[in-house]
Amino acid sequence: MSETGASRPIIALKDVTKSFGAVSALRGVSLELYAGEAHALAGENGAGKSTLVKTLAGVHRPDSGTVLLHGEPVVFHGPADAQAAGVAVIYQEPTLFPDLSVAENIFMGRQPRAGLGRIDRRAMRAETAALFQRLGVGLAPDQPARGLSIADQQLVEIAKALSRDARVLIMDEPTAALSGNEVDRLFGVVEALRAQGCAVLFISHRLDEIFRLCQRVTTLRDGAWIASEPVEGLTHDDLIRRMVGRELDALYPKQDTTPGEVALKVERLTREGVFTDVSFEVRRGEIAALAGLVGAGRSEVARAIFGIDRFDAGKVTVNGRELPPGSPTAAMGAGLALVPEDRRQQGLVMDMSIERNIGLTGLAALRRGPVISRAAERDRARDWALKLRLKFARLNDGVGVLSGGNQQKVVLAKWLAIGPSVLIVDEPTRGIDVGTKAEVHRLLSELAGQGMAVLMISSDLPEVLGMADRVLVMHEGRITAEIPRERATEESVMAAATGRAAA
Amino acid sequence: MAPDTASDIPVRPAGEARGGLGRFLRWDVLVTALLIAVFLAGSAGSDGFATIDNLSFALGDLGEIALIALAMTMLVVAAEVDLSVASVLGLSSALIGALWDGGWAIEAIIPLVVVVGMVCGLINGLLVTRLGLPSLAVTIGTLALYRGLAYVVLGDKAVAEFPANYVSLAVDDVPGTPIPYPVALFAVLAVITGIVLHATGFGRSLFAIGAQEEAAFFAGIRVKRIKLLLFVLSGTVAAFAGVVFTLRYGSARADNGMGIELAVIAAVLLGGVDFDGGKGTLGGVIAGVLLIGLLRNLLMLNDVATEIQSIVTGLLLIISVLTPRLAAIVRQRRRAPAL
Ligand SMILES: Nc1ncnc2c1ncn2[C@@H]1O[C@H](COP(=O)(O)OP(=O)(O)OP(=O)(O)O)[C@@H](O)[C@H]1O
Ligand SMILES: [Mg+2]
Repeated sequence: MSETGASRPIIALKDVTKSFGAVSALRGVSLELYAGEAHALAGENGAGKSTLVKTLAGVHRPDSGTVLLHGEPVVFHGPADAQAAGVAVIYQEPTLFPDLSVAENIFMGRQPRAGLGRIDRRAMRAETAALFQRLGVGLAPDQPARGLSIADQQLVEIAKALSRDARVLIMDEPTAALSGNEVDRLFGVVEALRAQGCAVLFISHRLDEIFRLCQRVTTLRDGAWIASEPVEGLTHDDLIRRMVGRELDALYPKQDTTPGEVALKVERLTREGVFTDVSFEVRRGEIAALAGLVGAGRSEVARAIFGIDRFDAGKVTVNGRELPPGSPTAAMGAGLALVPEDRRQQGLVMDMSIERNIGLTGLAALRRGPVISRAAERDRARDWALKLRLKFARLNDGVGVLSGGNQQKVVLAKWLAIGPSVLIVDEPTRGIDVGTKAEVHRLLSELAGQGMAVLMISSDLPEVLGMADRVLVMHEGRITAEIPRERATEESVMAAATGRAAA
Repeated sequence: MAPDTASDIPVRPAGEARGGLGRFLRWDVLVTALLIAVFLAGSAGSDGFATIDNLSFALGDLGEIALIALAMTMLVVAAEVDLSVASVLGLSSALIGALWDGGWAIEAIIPLVVVVGMVCGLINGLLVTRLGLPSLAVTIGTLALYRGLAYVVLGDKAVAEFPANYVSLAVDDVPGTPIPYPVALFAVLAVITGIVLHATGFGRSLFAIGAQEEAAFFAGIRVKRIKLLLFVLSGTVAAFAGVVFTLRYGSARADNGMGIELAVIAAVLLGGVDFDGGKGTLGGVIAGVLLIGLLRNLLMLNDVATEIQSIVTGLLLIISVLTPRLAAIVRQRRRAPAL
């Protein structure tokens, strides 16, 4: 069946079911991974993809059904068993130890040894550097993991998985925060592994990537197996129909708007060593995109504007009011909202319920007298949960039990609920499925139509081109180009992002 | 970047009912049950225990610990701690002694020492929020510092003979009830704290800060200002507790209240507040405070040496930190074997 003609899958799932309380995350799912084949797993948010991954990884044990290793049933008692069987996993959410260096994270638990059982730091560093070279990652092996951007964290996780001699490589949305260049490098490495006979399972909500990398695709819908088929001969629409069960409207429903007065004005903003002399404006009714490669400084600019980080020089004005530096509270008061890139650390309080997370940005608005009105809080949450088609069991469930894409929706809800006049979104659709992506795009477009100014940071180039009225491109901490919608193409944006063109 | 592999396994929000059997495994319910058990055992075991007089005395004896526990609960929920409270109490007591000795009016002394407590809390708070130092370390330092100041102020003298009308406010019962005034004050403050913690935006902010400080900051919560306020509050309450303590014993000394920070923290943790922040209920803390009080009283009635009392407090502290951890580990094992 597979290209290399191996008749027996390296690893397979047979009729696997898995429930969490009342939620059945997997219902009778089967999947076969062959040597030398890249297999895609497609499905909407909450379809059960990550649950399937964790079953293969030994994190979850199936309620019924079996995991087969070379055709023999096995029971993984934990991730260690799966690793011993040659399964390497990149989980959807990076889980690095913040106080350890990047290299220590990569070799956690299996550090190379020198004499007397000491850890061979030099070997560790060298191997890490070699891995980064292969992946084209500009990180230093000794750098601490704390403070890495989500994209960099994801790259470290990728390096970690690749550093194991894996025979099965499982990647749960490894590319969600990566831009074109890093994705190309990753795919190059994966291709090489595949040629060596590695079996690959790949998850992504960017359908293009599935078509580029994979030979077969399995689709899940609401935990149920829908199809396993060759990618060749399949169209985007076919795949979407399998995932969603219906036809989809336009993915980039951009409305034409006439920009109004300036809502956000950034002048000569500089933070030493991070970004320099950044100036731009965003008008009411306009969606401006901030494009660039990972590490160009886009998120850092957003954080400084919102007052998370201080800056060394420059000025931020919202609706004509200059913001005091270093105060998110003041920024919110002026009508600014920031949907941050890291949902688990910055976007959500993971221990709190869905409704409390959504309520957290509106503690003043939800007050009735001195106390918070539970009813108002619940209404606010329900309202936005419906608008964003959140998949949840109860609003007072912890956000931690939601699937990754649904967590992202809660972050969006939390910020849209304050009705900002300027909205900065950092990777707004990271990990969000196609159907909902279209919803989010429609929402952003609508909000802009109603006069909101939107600054969108995105590593997803089609999203940038599809949604932005104007593309600001950053390269190494500076804005190198400002491209109006008509002239924004993949080439023009990439050229500026890689520093090949002057503005 | 969660440092534990278990982070993939979602945790339930605190205080959420599990329904069925699980509900009875909630920590604060457990502590309340334990409280009742100790009460019943005490009544059966010692004659003088279950009398109105003794219970009223036991409550009164608990006054300072209970008051300080209210402020401490808010701090610990926000993932901070103040170990200097007993020393602030001592400093407050020493100041009262020195000033009273120096001929000041009690009406002037009380507000002044409360302000001094406020400043003590402010110093803790500034060190933690401005310099980013861990509160555990900062307040261990000020624990020694403030106690030292207390000795500087009063030496090892003891000052007594405070005005009777003030002493009676600290000792007497509210007319017609067996409840001492400080305990009545505690009851009122406990209700207010409960509302603040569990029903207001401020309380929500505390839980958010304790559970995920970065996310709280991103949500526009003034993390530093709130923490500073909590430390100021803690210092203020501790100084006021010093006033109550001094009047209740009728004696101002620099070593007053030595070591009660441990009883306070034991009560808070016993009440189910997570030392890592973000979880806990005031109801649980009140049960914890009462439990500590009853145990101390029982030990005293049975003439158990003070060293043993200290051992009991220490054990309770360890048990209350350990048990939830063990329970969590057991629960995880069951869900995902051999992580
Ligand atoms: N530990 C858990 N406890 C309770 N429910 C869970 C748990 N893990 C997953 N679920 C639920 O199982 C369903 C499938 O989740 P899963 O994470 O597998 O989705 P997914 O396909 O990976 O989605 P996404 O594309 O958003 O990452 C969801 O409804 C989710 O809420
Ligand atoms: Mg997932």
